[in-house]
Amino acid sequence: MNALRRTTLKAAGAAFLLASGLLHPLRALAATWNKAAFASKTPADALKSIGASSPLESKDILIEAPQIAENGLVVPIEITSNVPNTKSLAVIVEKNPFPLVAQFEFMEGALPFLKINVKMGESSWVRVVAEAGGKHYTAAEEIKVTIGGCGG
Amino acid sequence: MSGPMKIRATAKDGVADIRVLMSHPMETGQRKDADGKVIPPHFIQNVTVKLNGRTVAEGQISQAVSRNPVFSFRAKGGKPGDKVEISWLDTKGETNKAETVIA
Repeated sequence: MNALRRTTLKAAGAAFLLASGLLHPLRALAATWNKAAFASKTPADALKSIGASSPLESKDILIEAPQIAENGLVVPIEITSNVPNTKSLAVIVEKNPFPLVAQFEFMEGALPFLKINVKMGESSWVRVVAEAGGKHYTAAEEIKVTIGGCGG
Repeated sequence: MSGPMKIRATAKDGVADIRVLMSHPMETGQRKDADGKVIPPHFIQNVTVKLNGRTVAEGQISQAVSRNPVFSFRAKGGKPGDKVEISWLDTKGETNKAETVIA
């Protein structure tokens, strides 16, 4: 292959990338939302859809939440993962119509810590899944809800 | 639809504590209005937290996050004067962004 042909091919390749939008700067900003995971209707499906079908029970995931939540519209949950190298945390309210509530990824020095307010339709186990080193770990806490926070 | 957004960030022992309050209805699509008509879903789906221009946390959330969402994050290395920027994107493609410096 001669040098000229190589250069031409390179240029053509670059033009293709630009034309197809692969290098479009705005494309990088387009956010992703795991529609299938959020549409899951059971905790098992939600786990499967985030790639965590059989997570290992862990005491290193701490969930701080009220045992009894009077108002299911706002249930504060504080999560800390002490599993080394945790890079993401997912929150699943098992009895909600769509159990997966949130999934956060942490990088660049962020601690695997999250405080979040969730809606709960009824009393339920709240499960947290942490991903670390390609494995999934989980812990759950039961929260009793006096007045549900979904329909209405 | 989107009102003000407030961030409060402090640093202690080399760890930044970042709190944010977003104004958003977080409609689930399951509620009905006074006439019995379903109120269409409208909720934040993506949340991005940046510290000095670098993304430190990125979240996908559902309609089950409470109305006017409140989140807290922690980041190692955050110190007074550092810039914190938080943005969100919702189901209608609306976005909002706020920034502050660590106190």
